[in-house]
Amino acid sequence: MNYRSPLARARGLGSAREGLNDWWRQRVTAIALIPLGFWFAFCLALLPSASYQEIVAWIRAPWNTILLLSFTLIVFYHTMLGLQVIIEDYVHVDWLKIVGILSVKLVFSFLTLAAIYATLRIVFAG
Amino acid sequence: MNSEVARASRAVAERPLSPHLQIYRLPITAVLSITHRITGVALALGLVALVLLLMSVAQGPDAYAQVQWWLASPFGKAATWGFLIALFFHLSHGIRHLIWDTGHSFSREWLTYYALGELVATLVFTLAVAVATVARS
Repeated sequence: MNYRSPLARARGLGSAREGLNDWWRQRVTAIALIPLGFWFAFCLALLPSASYQEIVAWIRAPWNTILLLSFTLIVFYHTMLGLQVIIEDYVHVDWLKIVGILSVKLVFSFLTLAAIYATLRIVFAG
Repeated sequence: MNSEVARASRAVAERPLSPHLQIYRLPITAVLSITHRITGVALALGLVALVLLLMSVAQGPDAYAQVQWWLASPFGKAATWGFLIALFFHLSHGIRHLIWDTGHSFSREWLTYYALGELVATLVFTLAVAVATVARS
């Protein structure tokens, strides 16, 4: 006997209630990262030869600022979800898995904040 | 008799339960699948470097000078281009995953062609960036 209502089945929610969210966000960020990834790649290749003045001027150009902020926000979220999946797949010791996932979330939240802070400081500091 | 049964059942239990790395040769699709994860982890490390770079620029010319010295060194250039190749492979295979997610292109005959296509795309994108970089610098 199946106790799940047709509505619950249609919503696609398992016992975790939001099992699909991470999967779906991984895909949405992946789509956003197709154009952003190409943009970033073409800019990154010029980096090794850039002087300090050139890189500051580049980050301060309005379109570069907003694209760089979008890229960092989305790419770090995508990375966090991806690393979490890898840990879930290969780490089978419960406490280690929890520590691993928590570390990834905390470290990448911190890195996102650092990247955004640095970018805004370069743009707005005299 | 009993010990023979126990030995036989142990032999059954010790067989690999699923396609096993030491038993089956990996087809190219499997190699690319694990490469997607490996490049994902490598790109994550590269992003940590990106944060350090942005922070050094925010700190000022002196802090950036050290990073720039490292970036311009052969090791820095190799890391940059390694990151780019990993990025393009991850992007190509990622698009493949997005196509799979729509429920299409699972046919056995085409799997290898798609896999080779991803490698060709990675090469083409990397060369395009190389050409654009030489043209602009």
